[in-house]
Amino acid sequence: MAVEQTTPTIDDADTEPRKTGRRARPARREQLDPHQSRRAALLIAPTIALLLIVIGYPVARAVWMSFQQDQSLDPATQMFVPGGFAGLDNYKHWLLQQCGDATCAPGTTAAGFWEVVWITVFFAVVSVAIELVLGFWFAIIMNGKFRGRGLLRAAVLVPWAIPTAVTAKLWYFIFAYDGIANHLLGTHIVWFSDKWAARAAIIVSDVWKTTPFMALLILAGLQLISSEIYEAAKVDGASAWQRFTSITLPLVKPALMVALLFRTLDVLRMYDLPAIMTGGGAGDGNDTSTLSILVVQEVRSNFNSAAALSTLTFLFVFLVAFMFIRFLGANVVDDGGRKR
Amino acid sequence: MATTTATAEDFAGQDRATHYEASQPKTPFWRTTRTYLGVLIIVLWGLLPFYWMVVTSFRDLQFTFDTTPWPTHVTLDNFRTVFETNRGNHFGRALVNSLIIGAVTTVIGLVAGVFAAYALARLDFRGKYVVLGVVLGASMFPGVALVTPLFQLFRNIGWFGTYQALIIPDISFVLPLTIYTLTAFFREMPWELEEAAKIDGATPGQAFRKVILPLAAPGLFTTAILAFIAAWNEFLIASQLSNDRTQPVTVAIASFTGSQPHVEPYTAVMAAGTVVTIPLIVLVLAFQKRIVDGLTAGGVKG
Amino acid sequence: MQLKHKVGVVALALMAAPLAACGSSDSASAGGNSAFQDHLKDRGPITYVQGKDNSGVVQPLLDKWNAAHPDEKVTLKEQTDEADQQHDDLVRNLDAKNADYDVMSVDVVWTAEFAAKGYLQPLEGDLAIDTNGMLQPTIDSGTYNDKLYAAPMSSDGGLLYYRSDLVKSPPKTWSEMMDDCSIAKQHHMDCYAGQFQKYEGLTVNASEAINGAGGSIVGDDGKTPTVDSPEAAKGLDQLVQAYSDGNVPKAAITYTEEEGRIAFEQGKLLFLRNWPYCYSLASTEDSSKVKGKFDVAPLPGADGVGASSLGGHNLAISAYSDNKATAIDFIKYMESEEAQKFALEKGSLAPVISSLYQDPALTKKYGYLPTLLTSIQNAVPRPITPFYPAVTKAIQDNAYSAMKGEISSQEAVKNMSDAIKSASSGS
Repeated sequence: MAVEQTTPTIDDADTEPRKTGRRARPARREQLDPHQSRRAALLIAPTIALLLIVIGYPVARAVWMSFQQDQSLDPATQMFVPGGFAGLDNYKHWLLQQCGDATCAPGTTAAGFWEVVWITVFFAVVSVAIELVLGFWFAIIMNGKFRGRGLLRAAVLVPWAIPTAVTAKLWYFIFAYDGIANHLLGTHIVWFSDKWAARAAIIVSDVWKTTPFMALLILAGLQLISSEIYEAAKVDGASAWQRFTSITLPLVKPALMVALLFRTLDVLRMYDLPAIMTGGGAGDGNDTSTLSILVVQEVRSNFNSAAALSTLTFLFVFLVAFMFIRFLGANVVDDGGRKR
Repeated sequence: MATTTATAEDFAGQDRATHYEASQPKTPFWRTTRTYLGVLIIVLWGLLPFYWMVVTSFRDLQFTFDTTPWPTHVTLDNFRTVFETNRGNHFGRALVNSLIIGAVTTVIGLVAGVFAAYALARLDFRGKYVVLGVVLGASMFPGVALVTPLFQLFRNIGWFGTYQALIIPDISFVLPLTIYTLTAFFREMPWELEEAAKIDGATPGQAFRKVILPLAAPGLFTTAILAFIAAWNEFLIASQLSNDRTQPVTVAIASFTGSQPHVEPYTAVMAAGTVVTIPLIVLVLAFQKRIVDGLTAGGVKG
Repeated sequence: MQLKHKVGVVALALMAAPLAACGSSDSASAGGNSAFQDHLKDRGPITYVQGKDNSGVVQPLLDKWNAAHPDEKVTLKEQTDEADQQHDDLVRNLDAKNADYDVMSVDVVWTAEFAAKGYLQPLEGDLAIDTNGMLQPTIDSGTYNDKLYAAPMSSDGGLLYYRSDLVKSPPKTWSEMMDDCSIAKQHHMDCYAGQFQKYEGLTVNASEAINGAGGSIVGDDGKTPTVDSPEAAKGLDQLVQAYSDGNVPKAAITYTEEEGRIAFEQGKLLFLRNWPYCYSLASTEDSSKVKGKFDVAPLPGADGVGASSLGGHNLAISAYSDNKATAIDFIKYMESEEAQKFALEKGSLAPVISSLYQDPALTKKYGYLPTLLTSIQNAVPRPITPFYPAVTKAIQDNAYSAMKGEISSQEAVKNMSDAIKSASSGS
């Protein structure tokens, strides 16, 4: 079996022997069997049914709702009555800041929409960048030679295992005015009332929670690289940095891109940390609101408008995923390699 | 390079380092120190905040902000507060709720997932990629988009605050997770198994039940753990669709009402956090190797 | 591949669309809720929901009721102590028609919204309640569209707490108070604080500042914004100036009622704007360092007595309650003179029965009662509108930005006006 690693692609998978995995899979022609398709259909049916129910239906319904008007006040009874068809009004409300005939003024929920989008993207970019760098560093350390892997593994899994709600409360405590963060840093920052301090606090807690996880994923990629390659490179006189950039990075790239993709999507969908840490669950501080928080805020008063917003969020997330897959080569659906 | 060159699979279950050691001269002292230093940093990274949470949970409320690194003013009061029910908290009930929701979601995810994963990993059929794509799309799905329509729907049919109202949306992320993880595990299994079973006269169904499943048991077990932890962790959907009686621990912790009238009940919340986390830590410690294998093999979701 | 996956997802959604089409329309609370006719005569155990009971007033009252009514026990469900979260909790449960919430403590500003959404049982017919002898502002706060939806239980007006050992006579105007800040500096204390975190408390403080300077937030119809005026800007500017001058401590931008109370009790504040509940706590708590050293006065306005916001809570019955007869009896119990006296004593919660304010024994014991009565009678309610959540957000967000110096007071009141306008038109 060749040592050099190329990114397995769909086309390779069926015609070449698998490069990883215990045995080579028989060529496609031998496998194809009319009974298999039927069997497969039966096996897959429950999953498809479930997904239709838990995702397909709600999404479709949300889209339908997004074209409905919210409750309005009936002048005669002064009570709220259901609204009618709204066309694209709800979408215009968010995207174009339209409140009725006027532009939404600061102080309305919609006025904060683009700012919230920016904050969400900001969190995604900064958190993921930090996690990537730190995670890589951790992975390289974990790839080294030492005793006590069990302890290390356990330590690495602890942040992942703690529910995010608990993490949020823990760091909320750490960053309290009299908390240990201020004590260790010798500062008196009111972390959660200052815009940037609050954002920093959220990023710190997210990075704490997820860097070890990133490290594990990257480590898995690193462990596929055989030491012989490094040996050969060393013999050829490559420096540590050159070995890193010419061997490690390219070979780890597939695992890395997938990890990056899912982490980015995770942060774009982030809710727990900012909601619980700022505003004690109400998430009222626009300074640290993410799209998910905005949706939840809106659900409290205007369902249909919230449905439009959550559809926009959903489209946004998929757009980012699409860009990752198309342009950055995140090879997520891959039949022959180790992943998926 | 000859075919005797080792690949990663040959190291499954073995420390890669030992192989490295066999073909290298003794590493210099400074390099070992550097490595151990790095390991120490990572261990501290993961454990220190958690340690602080535990220490605080044993600390008397009056001394919430004491910064002594080791336990001082030790008391069990906080844990008592956590389980008190006279202020509208029902933490014990929240724990039970989390268990129920987690268990049911895991079972559903496993059952549907094991069948789908088997098909995706071992069978060839048309539309395979569409299915893979659909599952992938589901794993990228923002849960918040479920809240609005489900809230309205459940409210209309009187399901607000029921267990099913919480389990159904949880399936949306647990199912893709189980499918991915199990697909990876199934792929790792030798191909000859089905052939051998066929030769022995077994039908595909029997082959599946008697040969494949038992061998996949460890993978199933790991997947169950990952799925359970994912469901246990969930907050957003639970906070919007549960009510007082069915809220899981994540929501209970976030809205904890303390015993002292004017102080944010930090120590009690830390105690609650400790209670919630300990079973997960135990799970993690007991099955760390499996969990790491599972996470890196199939599940990329956090 | 990528294309296939996208096609798959879209296909799914399209397949599910017909399901949605035959989905029900939003049959949410329509006006004239049919649930109003249900369970009018039923009796049984009920749940009483209110925010955190900081003073330990409620449970003893419940215990007394439960002893006398073993088959109609009342269970307390305590929410958090933040008004916004209490509001959201009620909305979620009432929207879901949860029968678990029978009697609720409803903040005065929520009456219009909840009534318009059909959550609250109109208190008429079998469920009528006699409001004779109650303070008129409190009755008004429970009324929507000329119907009583919530029975007054406790009132609230803002008071100025001050250190009587350091300040001989309380300031009557805002500028007098700012002048007194030199005393605070002498004693290394902060001068003044109110509630400036971005939440309902900020709306209260901002409204007080605006109303006290001769401005107003909305007109008499409760909907037309009048806040875009020089007086309003001037009023808001008082707060903004004090914050930037340091007369209001920087940390106060995170203060809710509790933080301010604790700071005052620790001797760190010279003046505090807060609700009456602090009075008994500051006088009796072990941790209070200001026992016997403080007093209360009406809020200072721009040229004279300021205009406090009318606060308080009313008791309402959920339209979806199963035991409405028990509920109304329980409410009558909570409004009885006895219960009101107890609440006054234990939690310095302002009673709604006017005669109690004239009672010589009570007035002697609770010196602040006359001040409080003045405050309530001169109080200006916050905008009464079913769109209150959007209106209060408009006020909070802009007041907060102004205090942090991000926008000028003029801009802030203009934005408030625009935002209130779009809120009231329902968008």
